Amino acid sequence: MSSLGLIPLLALLGCAPTPAPTPTPTKPVGPLTATEAAKLEPVGDPVDLEITSAPHVPPPITRDTPAKLVINLEVKEVQKAISDGVDYVQWTFGGDVPGRFIRVRQGDSVEFHLNNHPDNKMPHNIDLHAVTGPGGGAASSFTAPGHSSQFSFKALNPGLYVYHCATAPVGMHIANGMYGLILVEPPGGLPKVDREYYVMQGDFYTVGKYREKGLQPFDMQKAIEENATYVLFNGSEGSLVGDKALTAKVGETVRLFVGNGGPNLVSSFHVIGEIFDRVYTEGGSNFQENVQTTLVPAGGSAIVEFKVDVPGTYILVDHSIFRTFNKGALGMLKVEGPDDKPVYSGKEIDDVYLADKAASTAPPVPAAGGVLSKDDQIKAGGLLFAGTCSTCHQADGKGIEGVFPPLAGSDFLLGDVERAIGVVVNGRSGPITVNGKDYNSVMPPMSNLNDDEVANILTYVTNSFGNSGGVVTAEQVKKVRASTPRPPGAAH
Amino acid sequence: MIALLLAAAWAADRVPVGPGVYEPLYPPSPEEARIPVPRFLLAVEPVTNEEYAAFVEENPAWGRGVARLYADEGYLDDWAAPDAPGASVLPDAPVTRVSWYAARAYCRSVGGRLPTEGEWEIAGAASETSWDARKDPHFLARLLAWYGSPTPRVLPAVGGMANRWGVRDLHGLVWEWVEDFNASLVDVDPRGADGEARFCGGGVVGATAVADYAAFMRLALRASLQADSTVRNLGFRCALDGP
Repeated sequence: MSSLGLIPLLALLGCAPTPAPTPTPTKPVGPLTATEAAKLEPVGDPVDLEITSAPHVPPPITRDTPAKLVINLEVKEVQKAISDGVDYVQWTFGGDVPGRFIRVRQGDSVEFHLNNHPDNKMPHNIDLHAVTGPGGGAASSFTAPGHSSQFSFKALNPGLYVYHCATAPVGMHIANGMYGLILVEPPGGLPKVDREYYVMQGDFYTVGKYREKGLQPFDMQKAIEENATYVLFNGSEGSLVGDKALTAKVGETVRLFVGNGGPNLVSSFHVIGEIFDRVYTEGGSNFQENVQTTLVPAGGSAIVEFKVDVPGTYILVDHSIFRTFNKGALGMLKVEGPDDKPVYSGKEIDDVYLADKAASTAPPVPAAGGVLSKDDQIKAGGLLFAGTCSTCHQADGKGIEGVFPPLAGSDFLLGDVERAIGVVVNGRSGPITVNGKDYNSVMPPMSNLNDDEVANILTYVTNSFGNSGGVVTAEQVKKVRASTPRPPGAAH
Repeated sequence: MIALLLAAAWAADRVPVGPGVYEPLYPPSPEEARIPVPRFLLAVEPVTNEEYAAFVEENPAWGRGVARLYADEGYLDDWAAPDAPGASVLPDAPVTRVSWYAARAYCRSVGGRLPTEGEWEIAGAASETSWDARKDPHFLARLLAWYGSPTPRVLPAVGGMANRWGVRDLHGLVWEWVEDFNASLVDVDPRGADGEARFCGGGVVGATAVADYAAFMRLALRASLQADSTVRNLGFRCALDGP
C-alpha cells in the first residue's frame, strides 16, 4: 500500500497543473498505511452494520474514528429467474446475486458472522479480498448447513474488494452467484458525488441454451470450457432495465462500484454514451481520467465516476459485445433533465440489433396446448413485453421519437395485424413512417419466442397504452411464420 | 430384546457390497492411493424417522434432551416432540438432524456400525446399471443437479431406485454420515492456503479424480462437520462387516 495520499501523488506525477493545496491538518484525510491502520483501536460500542442489496449502496461513512462493526450475512440457496421464463438455483450471500454490499472504513474492526441457512444443501464459506490473513477468512468461516461461524478482522487497506465463496468446488460456488463487494473507505471518505450504485457482473452456465425456458441446471462442462450461456449484471437479465434502471439527473455525478465475480470472464466495462471522468482502476487508490472502457478482472473491481450532461438512456455493457446482445450483459442508466434530444444511446442500440440478428437463429419451442382467455393473453403478453420489448418501445409503449417507433396509438401496428406479426417473427429494418414520423431502425427477429408468446405479446400491445383491438391467436402467428422463408437449419 | 428384534428387522434390508478399491481424492501417501475395501453389508435405505423413534423409545437418553456434548441444539429439532417425530415429518422419510455420535449409537444398537468413507464411496459410485458410474456424464449430471438445489421443506420418503448393488437413496435424498467423516484431513479452505496441496484451486492439485465434482462436494460437506453437528439434510445408514 502506498503511503502517499492521492493529492501528493498526482503532484508527483505532474498530473496537477498547479501545486495542490495542503489539506487542513486537523484530522488525517486519505489512506493510511496498512501498518498505521493495524494500530487503530475501535471507538465506541459495537454497531450492527447495514448492508444493502444491489444496486443500492450504504451511505458514505461520516465517522472520523474507527469502529467495531458486526456483520451478519446469511447464505441462501434460492431459485430465481435469470431471464424471462428461465429459472436457476442461485447460491447467494444475502438472498440475491450479487451479495450484499458492505461498506467499512479503513482501520475498522469487523466481527463477521456467516450464517448458512438450514435449508441449504451445501457447506459454504467466505473469502473477503479485503481481509489480510490466510484464505481471507475462508478457513475460519467454513460452515455446514444450519450452522453459523464467526471470525474477526481489521480492514487494513482501503479499496473496493470482491468477496466470494471458496468452498470446493470453488468454481461452481462462484458460478452459482456467490460473490459481492466490500468497500473499505480511506479516512475522510471518497470525494462527494450525487449518486452511488452497485453493479456486479457474473457469468452463468446452464444446460439449456440462452433463453431456453424452464428451470436450468448448472452445466459443469460448459463452465470448465469457459463457454458462458449468460453474462449478467446483478444476477439476472433485466435487473437494471425498465423500472429497475439506474437513475440520475442532468448535471449530477454518478459513481458506480463495479465488481466482477467471474468465475471465468474478464469484463470490458463500458457505458454507452458516457466517458468515465475517473476510474479507480482495479478498485485501488489511484485514478485514471477520461476512460472509455475499463477492464474488470474476475475477482476484481473498479470504481468509475462520471458527470451526466445530457438526458437520455445510457447503456451499461460488457464491451466484449456479444455478451451484451446475446448473453444478457446489459443495464441502463436513465438520466432526466432539461429537454434535449437523446441521441447517443439510439445509435449504439442500432449496433445491438445487427449483432443480435446475425446470431439469432434459435428455433421456436412449441408451448403446451390449451387456449387462454383474452385477459390471460394480455396478462401473459405484458410480462413478456416488460422483459423483451419495453427496452426499446418503452414501458408506456410510446417509444422514443425518431429512434424507436411508438406502439401506443400506432397506425403502423393497428393498421395490419399480419404485418405486425411478421415484424415480431422476422424482424424489420429500413425506413418506415409511424403516425407521421419517419424512423429508420432495426428490430431483430424475436426467434426465441414461440407462437403463443408472439400472440400474447401482440394481444397485449394492441389492447394497451390506449389501444383497443381484438385477439391475436397462435394460429395466425403460425401461418405468418410458415409463410416466411427461413435459412436452412433455422427451423427444426 | 427389542434391540435384537430391530437388528433382525434391519438384517432383512441389507445387501452385500464390494469388494472394491477405494481411491481417495487426496491419498495420504502414494501407497494409499488405492485402498482395498473388503466385502461388507450395507443397509438398503437410510434410517427413517420411524426407525429412529423406536431407538429413542428404547434409549430415552438419545431423545432431544441428549447431553449437548453429543449433539448440538439442532438435534431432532424438526420432530414434533422431544422423543417422537409426530406429524411434522414423514415417518418413512430419512431421519436427519442427528449427530455422528447419535448415528453411531443407533447402529451399535442394531448390531451394526456406520460405513467407512471408502465403503460409502464404493456403494455410491454405482448407478442403476453400472458398478462404477463415476465417469458417466449422465449420472454425474443427475448428482450435480441434486447437489445444486435446496432441500425441500418436507423430506420425501425413502425408496428411490436401487443401484447396481441393490442400495437405494445414496444420492438425491440426504447427505449421510460416515464413520471416518473427517479422516481426509481436508484443509477447511479448499485452496490450500497453507501450502498444503490438498484442495488447491478448487480441488485440482494432488487430487486423483479431477472430474468427479460430486465426490468433491461430499468431501466438502464432510469436512464442514463436527461430530456433534446436526444438519437438516444429513442422515445416515448402517453397515456390517461382510459375510
